Amino acid sequence: MSTAFDIPAGTAVGKSTPKLENREKVTGRAEYIDDLYRPGMLHAAILGSPYPHARILSYDVSEALAAPGVVGVITGDDVPDGRMGAFIKDEHALAKGKVLYLGEPVAAIAAETLEQARAAVNLIIVDYEELPAVLSPEEGLAPDAPILHEKLKDYIKVFDAGSEGNLCSRTELTEGNVDAAWDRCAVIVEDEFETEPQAHVSLEPCGALAEVDAQGRVTLWSANQSVFRVQANVCESLQIPMSKLRSLTPRVGAGFGNKMEPHIQPITVALAMKTGRPVKCILTREEDFEIVRARHPFKIRMKTGADAQGRLIARDCEVLLDCGAFADDSPGVLGYALLMSGGPYRIPNQRARGKLVYTNKLRFGAYRGFGNPQVSFAGEQQIDEIAQKLGLDPIEIRRRNMLHEGDGWFVGPKIASNGLARCIDAVEAASGWRKGLQPPATPGTRRGKGIAVSAHISGLLGTGAIVRMLEDGTIALNTGATDIGQGSDTVLAQICAEALKLPVEMVSVASPDTDGSPYNWGTTASRVTYTTGRAVAGAAREVLRQAMEHASEMLDTPVEDLELREGGRIAVKGSNEDLPFAAISGRAHWAKGGPIVGHHTLVFDEPTHDPKRSIALGLPFPQIGVFSFGALIVDVEVDEVTGQTRVVEAWSAVDVGRAINPRLVEVQIEGGFVQGMGFALYEAMVWDGPRLVNPSLMDYKIPTSADTPHVHSIIVEDPEPNGPFGAKGAGEIGLNPVPAAIANALSAAIGGRARKVPMTPERVLNQLLEGGDAA
Amino acid sequence: MAGKEVFALRINGREREVFARSDATLLEVLRDDLALRAAKRGCNQGVCGACTVLLDGVPVRGCLTLAGACTGREVTTLEGLAEDPITRALQETMIVSGGVQCGFCTSGMLVTARDLVAQTVTPTEGDIRKALSGNLCRCTGYVRIVEAVTDAVVALSQANTDTREAIQ
Repeated sequence: MSTAFDIPAGTAVGKSTPKLENREKVTGRAEYIDDLYRPGMLHAAILGSPYPHARILSYDVSEALAAPGVVGVITGDDVPDGRMGAFIKDEHALAKGKVLYLGEPVAAIAAETLEQARAAVNLIIVDYEELPAVLSPEEGLAPDAPILHEKLKDYIKVFDAGSEGNLCSRTELTEGNVDAAWDRCAVIVEDEFETEPQAHVSLEPCGALAEVDAQGRVTLWSANQSVFRVQANVCESLQIPMSKLRSLTPRVGAGFGNKMEPHIQPITVALAMKTGRPVKCILTREEDFEIVRARHPFKIRMKTGADAQGRLIARDCEVLLDCGAFADDSPGVLGYALLMSGGPYRIPNQRARGKLVYTNKLRFGAYRGFGNPQVSFAGEQQIDEIAQKLGLDPIEIRRRNMLHEGDGWFVGPKIASNGLARCIDAVEAASGWRKGLQPPATPGTRRGKGIAVSAHISGLLGTGAIVRMLEDGTIALNTGATDIGQGSDTVLAQICAEALKLPVEMVSVASPDTDGSPYNWGTTASRVTYTTGRAVAGAAREVLRQAMEHASEMLDTPVEDLELREGGRIAVKGSNEDLPFAAISGRAHWAKGGPIVGHHTLVFDEPTHDPKRSIALGLPFPQIGVFSFGALIVDVEVDEVTGQTRVVEAWSAVDVGRAINPRLVEVQIEGGFVQGMGFALYEAMVWDGPRLVNPSLMDYKIPTSADTPHVHSIIVEDPEPNGPFGAKGAGEIGLNPVPAAIANALSAAIGGRARKVPMTPERVLNQLLEGGDAA
Repeated sequence: MAGKEVFALRINGREREVFARSDATLLEVLRDDLALRAAKRGCNQGVCGACTVLLDGVPVRGCLTLAGACTGREVTTLEGLAEDPITRALQETMIVSGGVQCGFCTSGMLVTARDLVAQTVTPTEGDIRKALSGNLCRCTGYVRIVEAVTDAVVALSQANTDTREAIQ
């Protein structure tokens, strides 16, 4: 394969350029959704359902409407029967006819002040007929279970979901012959694993601000990971033509998946349409926990077998996922988790099956890792168990089995670049793995190291870029990709600058705007650097082509005798004769040819499934992406009395193809580690029956600076042939192996096996006391 | 609903009068009435630290401090620290370290870090991690924030040495 852009890197790519917007953030001047105000703006409050499952019989909003400051009220009667959803269109803008989880928005108020809105929301009277609730996937699959979505069969679905009853979707992937392979295994391990739900806890709660102009056209600002997904969701649910809604973004206070699909945007738009005034709705922290989305709890049964040399022969994985009340990104998470369930290994016989079941709970959805951390927790522990049974070093067994360049991933996608071996080498050396374990820091503790490896895709769906050369030869870049803080604006500007041999400061980056930006599916699936970067490189190449044609005429020299030089100049090869972009762009604007504009769009179109080698049923992503790889070693210390587990140090190496901005890659690795550590050791959303009991930062703890170790981030670069300057994704992979590596380290420290995430002190203590398995 | 009253406040060195609810928090008055929006509302419960400001020079949670309790006292927000040498040093090291990601925690983090650096001559990594432990960040994993504070301390001590040498 040829590279997407073949100009050798040097000017901008590979440099740790500080993020373009950092000064605005360190001076407190960055504007997030709650910092935006419009003239005459109203404030919104939401009424949540008191029941997990009920039919809505009637509303009485008269008292609420008469309350001080109230301008408008909306209920399910005010929104059309439009349903939205990325995979299965099953969700109204606001509960309509039924409520499906406790806290689900059933009505909303816009008032002159936030206090007035919040006071009045409790005056809305809703008459319900309570229905029996489904609170677990097992309950949902029972033959006599109450049905959440009676019209499920009629919903629009973008893939063969196999939906029926409360079964939202099912996926089955098979390669080789698993059932016949066990006889050839010298070692077989089999177990069940569970993970609990994790909250995203972006520091910025979700919010939106909408206004309607005199023509009835809507402008919508919101905290999001894709202005285009916001537009699609609002327009589908409220039945508005997409051309009648403009979706914009202020700075976004992080996402991790919870701002990818809709949160409060459809309700905010409905309120603005109802009142004719701008309306802002910012969720409280509690609402952000209760009504947005969270990481799926998984139940996993996994069986893995190897021969006497530790070569993997078969793996069978079965998962059961709680979907919550709406499909959201869940079918994707199920399919992706199964696709990744074998890990980055050559396993000739593999089967992965799973079910996703509607329950009367908050929707579960996209969360950094997208199902991969959960299956890795099971799979990477089983690799260690097999190594233990065979007396192999955990690193050695991974080396023996890992996939190589040119291999196919489970069910088919080809691996073009693979730096996994170098990632393993790097963490092995950096952590002093062969030197053995450090002595316990303090008496009364036990200590151990563990390793886990991972792979993750970057890719998926459509993206585009427009590169314009301004009159003075500087560049305006417009991609529609939302920078949620990870630095994609900077990275894309670096790619553009590199392609045109300009300093990064000469490239401006437009804020995403559905009116003016090319389509971008979103900041998700570790995809912006890889897919949008390709579009940027392609658009820049088109700009360069046009500039070369101008220069050819201006210098009276054939294009093939011209070259691009540093600083944005086109020169005659082997000569001092050259032209700056300013002269070329001036001619294009005022004399000949027209202003220089380059654009490039693409959709990731390499198939996930190779029907010659495997069978796939209910595959939600027919074209998925390219593969990044990573290896992680952690050193943990366990308190023998309390069971509290502390990560002393961590070494994480990730193959990102090419680090466009090394420091930003390092921060992805470090931040991913710490978010994964919270998931592994203590974060869990807890339901008491239908009620989430810890929707606050008082009761749901995330890691602080005092709880976290020094994370050594190591970048490995194995260039992806069609990535921009060789780059592939870095956003999620650092999180994937964390629970597994900690579990493997725990096992080294205290024996036994962790089977549940989070590995709380109580569970760890039981594992230690029983010298066996954690409860 | 609480009645409204006039609060006479001294904010970032200026006398400000605000007509707000009697039970308004300092954070509400700063953000909604005075358009000083560096301090962020992350949890409204005193946990996340994104709303940290200085009250008589001491870091406090804007969301837990009643505006009425601030009359006659000096309130300083990140905006008011624009010329403060320690804050400026921290801002520069945060910009280059990678300690700024989404930026939502950054204002509060800087106000807390400034207090640490002002109070402690040479904070260790442990001191820094302890001091910042009431300011949550979900993006960075804290490594580069700690590094930024360490680097700012070095830069400030270098600047002090340079100044002393220049005077001598």
